[in-house]
Amino acid sequence: MKSYLLESKSRRTSSVLATEPRPPRPNALTASVVFGLRAVLKIKHVPQQLGDVIGVPIVFTVMFTYLFGGAIAGSTSTYLQYLLPGTLVLAVLLVTMYTGATLNSDVTQGVSDRFRTLPIWRPAFLIGGMLGDVGRYLIASGLVVGIGLLIGFRPGAGWLGIVQGLGLVLVFAFSLSWVWSSLGLVMPNPTSVMSTGFLVFFPLTFASNVYIDPATTPPWLASFIEHNPVSHLVTAVRGLMHGTGVGGDVAYVLVASAILIGVFAPLTFRLYHTRT
Amino acid sequence: MKNFGEVRAVDGVDLAIPAGSIHAMLGPNGAGKSTTVRLLATLLSPDDGSARIFGHDIVMEAEAVRARVSLTGQFASLDEDLTGWENLILISRLLGHTRSQARKRAADLLNEFGLSEAAGRQVRKYSGGMRRRLDIAASIVVTPDLMFLDEPTTGLDPSSRNQVWEMIRTIAEGGATVLLTTQYLDEADRLADGITVIDNGRVVAEGTSSELKALVGGGTFQVRLRHSKQQTVAGEILSSTLGVPIRAELDRLALSASVSDSVAVTHALADLSRSGVELADFALARPSLDEVFLALTGKPAESYARSGGDEV
Repeated sequence: MKSYLLESKSRRTSSVLATEPRPPRPNALTASVVFGLRAVLKIKHVPQQLGDVIGVPIVFTVMFTYLFGGAIAGSTSTYLQYLLPGTLVLAVLLVTMYTGATLNSDVTQGVSDRFRTLPIWRPAFLIGGMLGDVGRYLIASGLVVGIGLLIGFRPGAGWLGIVQGLGLVLVFAFSLSWVWSSLGLVMPNPTSVMSTGFLVFFPLTFASNVYIDPATTPPWLASFIEHNPVSHLVTAVRGLMHGTGVGGDVAYVLVASAILIGVFAPLTFRLYHTRT
Repeated sequence: MKNFGEVRAVDGVDLAIPAGSIHAMLGPNGAGKSTTVRLLATLLSPDDGSARIFGHDIVMEAEAVRARVSLTGQFASLDEDLTGWENLILISRLLGHTRSQARKRAADLLNEFGLSEAAGRQVRKYSGGMRRRLDIAASIVVTPDLMFLDEPTTGLDPSSRNQVWEMIRTIAEGGATVLLTTQYLDEADRLADGITVIDNGRVVAEGTSSELKALVGGGTFQVRLRHSKQQTVAGEILSSTLGVPIRAELDRLALSASVSDSVAVTHALADLSRSGVELADFALARPSLDEVFLALTGKPAESYARSGGDEV
């Protein structure tokens, strides 16, 4: 360190500046993938940020099965068949909130200033980040299903049903993460993103059919649960995994996802673009 | 001439910065320096009016502008979780380098900036000076035609500040044009070929450091007396010999005056001595940019520096 000044003085004639011509601008895909790799590197350096991605699915699956199984369904193995698609949704949706918090810490700490002054396709930063997030959703959902299978989850539709159920959860999670991204761009800090997120997350996930049959609740709550989009998602995933009729729930979830993306992806791009 | 970068500021003033030179935008906290730089680097859109860099409109042709400028922001624009090496690779890849080109460029830059040893460490573990150096390195992965440096030495210790100054000089010598903002008069004085003084979002003066100093005239003549009871008589002598207003300092021992003629000063010293006024010390200081500031804005630079804090 100390010799730095002397070194640079003696090297005065050689410039630190690159002399070769500017390389061609990377295309949108390359730029997005590079940002995706950044997300992977961040996980490598800060493995703690995977804590929630790994811990929550394990705790939810195991704890709720053994805690409520006897009380609600009479036996844990019966309950697990009902509960697992729900904990899958719960765990993945919880992880989606981190999309907003991560984006917020990027834009409030100045690193995005540099990205925004680079001559690249601007949304690549957001898309790349999202690619990294989808990786996290895969880990979380894989864990829930894996543990579920270990402790006795036996879906009626077999592997195909599992894959279809997982696919639907990922589609919805991806679309929901645009909502958190928009939120992440308007909130002052990551903590406020998370606290606002929880305010939405808890009523939506607990007042749903994740744990219980809505028929057992008072009529006003049952009505809320019935219209809760999370309930539709859980019903659709149960239907897909167990091979029972999925009715209009899959369509409902796909339409809801399309609407979320249609509204919040452009909003996120706009907020990022015009951020001061 | 084609290498001249033209920056048209929002208030209609053209800044023509010769290629390979360093231009400083000097102003107190809250003067609008960062805002101007962020506007020019396409991070902000002007509320009204327009700005052009190298003939490109910063709103309509933002990407063309981005292809020619780089910005080192006031707060390190680095990914704290990644290592220094990874940060440079990331920027390099985003600028279009292939993987192997990126590796070579990152290694060269880290070596040039004395960061090779720290290359594998996370940026959050870097000192302020190392961070700033890496930040500047990231700005020249591909040589920009115009490089913005927003308060490059704010918060650095003197030795890191010297290193950053040396880097900026080396970059300009290599042919890149640098526009830096600073609230340190000293920094603008030592580093910049041209200086634009801004206050309250408008340009109050432009020129080289010596041109600006010439605006204020001569220098400051100051005497310190041995005995405070001689202050009145000393003041009268100085006033009649120098023919300018004399400022009495609060401690009753010092007197000062703005002078443009050093011959008058020698006469004044002789007159004081003849009248039996005993001096503890005297000095003739060349005008500082502080005085330029005072003369141009009507307020001393110091009080600005202290009062600020909410610069955008």
